Amino acid sequence: MRPESVPASVPMLSARNLYCERDDRLLFQSLDFDLGEGQVLQVKGSNGSGKTTLLRILCGLHDNYQGAINWFGMPIQRQRDDFHGSLLYLGHRVGVNRVLSPMENLRWACQLQAPTTDGQISEALERLELRGFEDSPCHSLSAGQKQRVSLARLLINPAQLWVLDEPFTTLDVHGVAVLEDLLVQHVNRGGSVVVTTHHSLAVNSEIQYLNLDTQ
Amino acid sequence: MTGLYREDSRSSGLSAFSVTLKRDLLVAFKRRNDLLNPLMFFFIVVSLFPIGITPERGDLAEIAVGVLWVCALLASLLSLDNLYRSDFEDGSLELLVLSPHSLYFMVLAKILSHWLVSGVPLVLLSPILGYMLALPIEAYPTMIVTLILGTPILSLLGSIGVALTVSLGSRGLILAMIILPMSVPVLIAGTLAVEQAVDGNPVGGHLAIMGAMLAMAITLAPLASVAALRISID
Repeated sequence: MRPESVPASVPMLSARNLYCERDDRLLFQSLDFDLGEGQVLQVKGSNGSGKTTLLRILCGLHDNYQGAINWFGMPIQRQRDDFHGSLLYLGHRVGVNRVLSPMENLRWACQLQAPTTDGQISEALERLELRGFEDSPCHSLSAGQKQRVSLARLLINPAQLWVLDEPFTTLDVHGVAVLEDLLVQHVNRGGSVVVTTHHSLAVNSEIQYLNLDTQ
Repeated sequence: MTGLYREDSRSSGLSAFSVTLKRDLLVAFKRRNDLLNPLMFFFIVVSLFPIGITPERGDLAEIAVGVLWVCALLASLLSLDNLYRSDFEDGSLELLVLSPHSLYFMVLAKILSHWLVSGVPLVLLSPILGYMLALPIEAYPTMIVTLILGTPILSLLGSIGVALTVSLGSRGLILAMIILPMSVPVLIAGTLAVEQAVDGNPVGGHLAIMGAMLAMAITLAPLASVAALRISID
């Protein structure tokens, strides 16, 4: 939620003059964007163009860059806990422990953010068609099912900013439909999304595109 | 906006600490075979000494303390990799770093869980092994107290080493190279205290030094681990 002291003209998330190189290769330079409430930023680019790196930089997982990233006008490094409380990151590695069951995984992952009941978790698992798998160890699930387990976090802890790295890759048709649904709901509530995908998104708000190949 | 962004209902640091501790204990319980390996190692290596060196009780008693402590050190080294590796590989570590809580306490919870499942069983097993090595009976209390003080230090120091090396491919030897030199003072203080107890001297000073080491490790080791983890996930 926008802090009361922050005027409406200040964007929720803004990046100024980002520069990053990795292994002596320039990924992007003078990259700017603003993201407000209810907006979607889709990051495009060929493989290896730095999409994942950009997303990790935005979350504060990757420090090796120049430029400024502000959350409601303040650098993210200066309000790490507040920023992380409003952020939900879904990366390539889904954060699902293989010996724990979906239920146990989500109990931990969600309660790190906010108090969560088992009822909320089973509801979310049911919506993602993981009913019957609540208590089986995650190493017996398929890649798509593991991805769904981590998607359940979107249902349970709706943070204000979602940062999703290729969320559609391992999902089947039904999973894609559920995720699209979630994105629409989230945006309608005033939530924002930064997403990398080659999928064309169907949300009823304007989508900003950022193409890293031309940066 | 429907009040969905429940910043007010964010979980407290204490509950985040306890869910992390519970989760790690649960993972350890589900992988209990991995846990048993270091304990079996401890047991087997210690029991080889009477066979390999001498069954003479007098000679054994002289080396008993040193053998126990060295084996405890190596056994804890064996179990350390469990601390962050699977979390690093499956992405749980990123969730932990991105949680709105101080990473210091999250790391402390993981170390506490590691000590509960690897250090405490060592302490419990030590009287049996002490008996096997003919350690004089009056040294038992001191041996147990030094292990209670010393094994958490080994977990804390180990956490730094694992956090530094978790992103490397082959880390077996480098982990030992980082941790073993840092563990030497614990080894010295622990064995000295038990030797003093064998000779019937007061051991308060040695125990106090170990307590001080533990206090220092609890305050500083998680800080170093946090910094190392941030570098490793970069």
